[in-house]
This record gives sequence, structure tokens and C-alpha cells, in this order.
Amino acid sequence: MQLTERSKQVSNKEMTLSEKAYLPAIVQGMAITLKHFFKKKVTIQYPEVKRYLGPVFRGRHILKRDEEGRERCTACGLCAVACPAEAISMVAEERQKGEEHLYREEKYAAVYEVNMLRCIFCGLCEEACPKQAVYLRHDEMVPVFTERDQVIWGKDLLVENMNNRYKREAWTKEEARQLDQKRAEGQAAGVEPRAIP
Amino acid sequence: MELTEFVIKSLVILVIFGLTLLIAMYSTYGERKVAGFIQDRLGPNRAGPFGILQPLADAGKMFFKEDFIPAQANKWLFIAGPCLAMLTALMTSAVIPFGDSIRYDGLEVAVQAVEANIGILYVFGIVSLGVYGVMVGGWASNNKFSLLGAIRAASQNISYEISMGLSIVAILMMTGSLSIREIIEQQHGGNWNIWYQPLGFIIFITCAFAECNRTPFDLPECETELVGGYHTEYSSMKLGFYLFAEYINMFISSAVISALYFGGYNYPGMDWVYAQLTSAFGDVAGHNVATLIGTAAFFAKALFFVFFYMWVRWTLPRFRYDQLMNLGWKNLIPLAILNIVITGTGVLFLKPIITALLN
Repeated sequence: MQLTERSKQVSNKEMTLSEKAYLPAIVQGMAITLKHFFKKKVTIQYPEVKRYLGPVFRGRHILKRDEEGRERCTACGLCAVACPAEAISMVAEERQKGEEHLYREEKYAAVYEVNMLRCIFCGLCEEACPKQAVYLRHDEMVPVFTERDQVIWGKDLLVENMNNRYKREAWTKEEARQLDQKRAEGQAAGVEPRAIP
Repeated sequence: MELTEFVIKSLVILVIFGLTLLIAMYSTYGERKVAGFIQDRLGPNRAGPFGILQPLADAGKMFFKEDFIPAQANKWLFIAGPCLAMLTALMTSAVIPFGDSIRYDGLEVAVQAVEANIGILYVFGIVSLGVYGVMVGGWASNNKFSLLGAIRAASQNISYEISMGLSIVAILMMTGSLSIREIIEQQHGGNWNIWYQPLGFIIFITCAFAECNRTPFDLPECETELVGGYHTEYSSMKLGFYLFAEYINMFISSAVISALYFGGYNYPGMDWVYAQLTSAFGDVAGHNVATLIGTAAFFAKALFFVFFYMWVRWTLPRFRYDQLMNLGWKNLIPLAILNIVITGTGVLFLKPIITALLN
């Protein structure tokens, strides 16, 4: 049964003189390696050059704020329950009077910690969140750490900065594919990144 | 020997020695870079610009590793192994003329450590001693893999030395001298031996690959069969010496190849260059500059063959042991003898006819 065009019948025939001499084959092989010597290299030099990993890549966590700058998280704990690696822990607190501009709901997370050594970046917390508060960024990864206390990320690192909001061009694979399609056809010129899904 | 001559000679020897070590050092870098390029990678490029400090980093790593000697090993021979390998590798370069001569203060000093009239015999003698480093090290390790590697190295070197010697005989018949300088002088300009001895050259370079234990003949150290071959038990700078000796051998054999077959420090149009330089800079400075250019040509040729070694290594798969022996005994030796007969016929009958026709 022939599976591909390239399949070749193996035979045990007597070798010709040029095949026995072995040198033509060597020259052929060396021509091939010399060709590769001058080929463009495929290496991407990582720390200097970073590849775009797509809009659905799951990098580090972010705790979103809404458009008025209030924290979305209500400390319901569903992300912590959903987390298979038990990387998330939080302490809930009641919102006081005068704090309405800080927290959107009446309950908020006073402490929200993600253990980045335990986290497996599966994205289940993202899916579990009813308030669309926790996301895994597609553009930033957890940096290399040298001290153990750099591993547990608190709210100071996780909560979104309103001056530098986290945005995406596409939010689903389908959207990304459509966008790529449009880009290939030269239609999508200025796609506005959206902050909130 | 006068003092100035002694100083110049010492300087030449030291420079050649240093250059040999430097080239061997950067061959390790070159090897990895060539391997990378051939495999569509970039090779080492992190230590310094383009990774040119990589050899230093490697050497530093080697020095800081644990220098381990197995309990059942023969301690003295275990240490003697890499020393012998390194010693024999470095000794060979003594008789190779890297350039014409340097004129200074009415003296003419050859760019060569020792002008020996049996130069090529000396090279062969040292090269055949070279296998002792591998043999002694492999045996002293008291390890089956090491011993197998050592035995393979010994039998391979002995087998290939025969056809190597026979392929040289043809050159000796043509030149009538054992001195490498004499052989180079006779290839003046572009009159290189490769035009007369293509078959001999192929035999010689094949045997040189086998003598240096390089792929496709790297059976003594093939990691797929023998773990690490003769240097399985070695670590730290002892292993470093073995690897370093291999690269020195590579450079020296490249130098011998370019001296015997590619005219050494001769290059086409050298007479014209010489005349221009002497008329421009005078008899002494012009001569020295011409010598330097010749030396540069020699090194360019030798380095090309070092590259060739690497190129072949990353192209060809390793021979099986019986294939290696078949190639050596059944193919290369008869071919080398045939080459001798053809050369003899040429020297006896063709040469008088051609010289008669030319005159």
C-alpha cells in the first residue's frame, strides 16, 4: 500500500561502480550540508527577540479593574476552588463607606495571593471567575525569580494599572483566526485593542 | 649559533607554538559554530560578541570540574595518557615550515622550528607515537569500554598508517627528498602536487581522518557504542587535554596536507608579488613582507582543511568497524600501491618525454 508519494521500493541490487566508490555520494552529501551552512537560521534569540504567542497564550495573572478604576474582584473564592494546583488564596473584607470608588462590589479581596511556583497556568481561574476579574495575560510571563519571597505574588503585583491597561486585539481563538484572515487579505488595518471583554 | 639568530628562532618557535594552541582552542569554537550553521542553528553566541569567549568559558568549566581517578585505575598511566596525547600532538609541528625565511641584520632565519632533512619521517614517527596516549589512557582506566576504545584506536591507527605511508611514497618519488621544506620548494607558485597526485591526496586525507580519530572514523570514542570510548573515565582537564590534543592533531595534519599537496606557503603569482615588494620596500623588508604573505597563505590553506574536517564530521555517519577495516586493508592499500606504480611510470617515462617536448 502506497501511503505517500515519497515512498521508495527497497532493493538489494548490486551497487554500481560509482556507488561502490563512495566518493560521489560523499560529494553529494557535502554539497547538501554546505547549502545548509549558508541558509537563513531559524533560531529566535529569546531574551532579545520575543515571539508573539497569540491572543490566547496564558501568561501571568492580572486582577482587572472596571472602566471607572474599581477592582472587579469580590473575593467569592471560586478561582481558588477551581484551581487544580491550589495556588490561589485570598482574604475577604467588607467594603466601608467612602470606598465605593475603590471596589465595585460590597465585598472585596483584602489579600489576594497567587503562588507562581504552584500555578500551572491552566486558565481554570479565568473560566471560573463570575466577575471577569482574574485573567492570564497573553503578553507577559512570570519573570525568573532569585528569592523565594518573589514567588508569591500579592495584590501589589496583580492588580491592573489604570495608566497601562491590559488590552487584547482578539479574545477568542475564532476572533484571532478571523483577524489573521483579515490581516492576510489586507483588510484589518487599525484594530482597536479592547480592555474589557 | 649567534645571539640574534637564537632570539629570532626562539621567537619563531614561540609564535608557532602559541598559534598552534590558539588555533586548536578556537577550533573547538569553530567546530560548534560550523555544526550549528550546518544544522541551521546559530551555534554558541552568548559568551562575548559572537561567542568568541566560548573557548575560555569551556576551559574554565573544565578546570573547575572534579579531577577524578577511578579506584582500580593504574594511577600513573592514567595521568600519563593525556600527557602523552598532548605531547605527541604538539611535537609534530616542529618540522613543519610555516614560511620561507626572515631576513634580519644580514641573517636569514627559516620560519620553522627545526630544519630536518628527514622531516616527513619525523612526522610519521611522532604520529605513530600519538596512539600511545589513547592506548595508555584507555588501558589504565580499567574499564571495558575504555579498553575497547583504546584497542580500536590502536588497530585503526596501525591499519591506516600503512596506506598513509604508501601514499606519501609517491610524493617522495616525485620530489626525491624527505625534507618538508624541500617538498614545498618544489611546488613553487601554482605547481602544486595535487595536480599530479589526486589519488594520493584522496588516500592521504582519508588516512589523516582515521589517524585523527575524526568522523567518519571516530570509532575509538563513539558514544553510541562505547559510552565515551577511551576517555570514558576521564574528567576535568585530563579530558580537556584529550579533546585539545585531537584539535591540535587536526590542525597539524591540515598543515601537513597543505604542505605536501597544496604547496605550503606557495601561491600563484608569488614571484610577481615578491618582485613588487622588494622593489617597493627594499631587499630586506620586502623579503620579510613576502614571507609573511606566504605564511598567511599557508595558514589559510591549513585552516581551510580544519574547516573541511568539521564539514565532513557533520555530514558523514560513522563507519562500522568491519567497513573501516575493509576500506583500509582492501581498498586504500591496493589503491596506494597502484598510485606508486602509476607515479613510477610517470616519473620514468612520461617526465622525460614532457620535458623533451617543452624544451
